[in-house]
Amino acid sequence: MSFLDYFKSTKKNTASIAKERLQIIVAHERGKRDQPDYLPNLQKEILEVIRKYVSINQDQVQVQLDKNDNCSVLELNVTLPE
Amino acid sequence: MAKIIVITSGKGGVGKTTSSASISSGLAVKGNKTVVIDFDVGLRNLDLVMNCERRVVYDFVNVINGEATLNQALIKDKYNENLYILPASQTRDKDALSKEGVEQVLNELSQRFDFIICDSPAGIEHGAQMALYFADEAIIVTNPEVSSVRDSDRILGILQSKSRRAELGEEPVKEHLLLTRYNPVRVENGEMLGVDDVKDILAIKLLGVIPESPDVLSSSNSGVPVIHNHESDAGKAYNDAVDRLLGNDVPHRFLNIEKKGFFKRMFKGSATA
Ligand SMILES: Nc1ncnc2c1ncn2[C@@H]1O[C@H](COP(=O)(O)OP(=O)(O)OP(=O)(O)O)[C@@H](O)[C@H]1O
Ligand SMILES: [Mg+2]
Repeated sequence: MSFLDYFKSTKKNTASIAKERLQIIVAHERGKRDQPDYLPNLQKEILEVIRKYVSINQDQVQVQLDKNDNCSVLELNVTLPE
Repeated sequence: MAKIIVITSGKGGVGKTTSSASISSGLAVKGNKTVVIDFDVGLRNLDLVMNCERRVVYDFVNVINGEATLNQALIKDKYNENLYILPASQTRDKDALSKEGVEQVLNELSQRFDFIICDSPAGIEHGAQMALYFADEAIIVTNPEVSSVRDSDRILGILQSKSRRAELGEEPVKEHLLLTRYNPVRVENGEMLGVDDVKDILAIKLLGVIPESPDVLSSSNSGVPVIHNHESDAGKAYNDAVDRLLGNDVPHRFLNIEKKGFFKRMFKGSATA
C-alpha cells in the first residue's frame, strides 16, 4: 500500500457509488425508451382480461420486453391476491 | 458536401459552447473550411466566446425568415480565415427555428464548407432537437458527474430515435464522447468519476478528455478560444480531440496526475503521468 493509497482509504470512495447508481438508472431508462409504443396498451388489456376473473390493481401486472440477440422475450408478472 | 457535427449534452453549462469554439477553430487552423452555428436561440453566447459580439448584424433566424442573406449574416473569424460564425437570434420565440428553415440554411452552407459545427442549447426540447436533427456526427459533452452522465445518455437516446438519420433508417449518427472539466487528482482520490467509468456507462467512443483548467475562463474573458493557447493543457487537449475527429490516432494526455518538483522525483517510475 503506497502512501497515496493510505489517504485514499481514509475517505469514502464516492465515485464508485456514483458509478453504481448511474449504471442502474441508465439501464432502467434505456429499457424504457427501447420499449415499443404498444406496450402500455398491451399491459392495459392484459389487466382487463385478468380482472374478469380476479380483482387486481394496475401495479400488480408488470409487462416487460427484453431484447436478446435474435429474439425478444415478453415477460409478464402478475401478483395474485391470497 | 459538408460534414454536420452537433455539440450537445442535455445538461446545461457543461462546456458545449467552449468546445464548439475550440473545435471549430481547430478544424479551421488545420485547413478545413468551417462554419459554427449558435443554435441557442434567445441566449446567444458563442459570439462572445469567439470575440465577434460587436460585429453581429443579422442572425440565423433572420436568414431563415429571408430578412438577410447568408452572406450578410456570416461573420468572418478574427483568428482564422477558414472559419465563419453564424450567430443565434436573441428572439424570445423558442420555436423560431423550423425544421424546413434549418434544413435550407444547412443545405446552402453545405455547398461552401467542409464542416458545419452546431452548438446546441441545453435541454432535450425543440432547440436541442433542431441542433441535432441533421447531424452526421455528434459530440456528447459530458462532465464527470452523475446528472451530466445521465443527461448524456438521454441525448444519445434522442440521437438514436429522433435524428434525421434515425427517422430515415440511414446509417446512425456517429457518436463521440468528450469528457470535460476533468480533474485527475479528484479521480485518483475517488471523489470523481474516472474516464473509464464514464466510458463504461455511456458505451461510446472517446474523442477526448479536457482537463478542468483556469485557462478556459481567461480565454473566454479575452474572447480567444482556448485551443489557440498552446501552453494550456485544455488547449492541447482540444487540439488532440480535433486531430482524432479528423481520423488521426492520437494518444490521450492529461488523464493522470502530473507530479511536480519534489513529488515528481519521488514518484518517478511508479507514476504514469
Ligand atoms: N475545461 C474547463 N475548465 C474550466 N472551466 C470550464 C471548462 N469547460 C467549461 N468551463 C466553464 O464552464 C462554464 C460553462 O461553459 P459553456 O458556456 O461552454 O457551457 P455550455 O454547455 O455551452 O452551457 P449552456 O448549456 O448554458 O449553453 C463556463 O464558465 C466555462 O468557462
Ligand atoms: Mg452554450
